[in-house]
This record gives sequence, structure tokens and C-alpha cells, in this order.
Amino acid sequence: MPINFRHDVDQVLKEAKTQQKSVLLDFSAAPM
Amino acid sequence: MWPDPRVTRFVTETFIPARVHVKDDPEPFKRYSERYKAPWTPTILLLDANGVEHHRIEGFLPAADLLAQLMLGRARIAFDEQQWAEAERRFRQIVEEFPQTDAAAEALYWAGVTPYKATGDPLSLKQTAQAFTQRYQDTPWAKKASVWA
Repeated sequence: MPINFRHDVDQVLKEAKTQQKSVLLDFSAAPM
Repeated sequence: MWPDPRVTRFVTETFIPARVHVKDDPEPFKRYSERYKAPWTPTILLLDANGVEHHRIEGFLPAADLLAQLMLGRARIAFDEQQWAEAERRFRQIVEEFPQTDAAAEALYWAGVTPYKATGDPLSLKQTAQAFTQRYQDTPWAKKASVWA
């Protein structure tokens, strides 16, 4: 199962605060 | 590294995973790389719920090393939030499960620091310095712990 990376980082940070959950932020140049 | 099922499971269970791609997400990539001072790829940041960085992984790593680093980041978040028991448990888990990775020596160091931070008793520091005479002797973490002997 692949990781479902989100690209809406602003929204992810809002949700992290609400859910009190940590975030993995990947800066990537790998082929998509 | 990402297709490894151990990494996938850990990331999915532990974090909200987000990605900015240098070509496909140019505006957010620029904004967040400036905000977090992360100009190189691949770079992985582990952020707490408030968006504060606690751990950084720069450059490619094989799956076992990446997973150990991700676990180290999770432990660092617990440490920085003064969740001492959880932090120590997570640091020691890295040493036990990934003893051959670079993260293990760092985890051993912080596993010694954590009880000291919780209690003020320096015994764990002395024990950690002793442990570094038996393993990971050639790492910077052994040098750092040597002062506790």
C-alpha cells in the first residue's frame, strides 16, 4: 500500500493542530 | 525507500504525510523550503502538531536506516514534549530493533539522557557512558557520552 501523501500542506498543518497529530513533510524531487 | 512496507506502515500509522515536489508543487515547495530552510531534496521534516520541526532527515537512506530515523524523530517529539517514559521507550526500541543503523547510537545517547531529565538522577548517564564502551565506540555519540563516565 503506497503512502497517501497530501500536497495541501496548509490544510495538513491545520488538521494536525486539530487532531494533535505529528506531520511528516517530504521535500521531494523524485519522479512522481 | 518509500515502497518498503515497514516504512509505509510506520508513516501511515504515526504521521499525517505531506509532500511538496520541486517541479509539481513549485509554489508550495518554495514557500515551505524557505520557511523550514530546507533547500535540498530529499529532505524529510518531522513536525509536531503545531508545525514545529523536531527532526530532519536529509539525503537518501536505505529502508532500515530511514525507518530508524523516522522512529528517532517520533522519539524526539516525545522527548521535546517532556513525555519522558514514552520517549525513553521509543529511543530504546530503536537500539533494540535497528542496532546496525546510525540512528541506534544517537538513540542510545538520548535513552540515557531521558531518565536524567525525568528524575535528575545521573545514574542513567553513567550507565550510558558505560554502554558506549561496549558498542558504537567510533561514533560521535560515544564521544559525547564519555564525559558522563
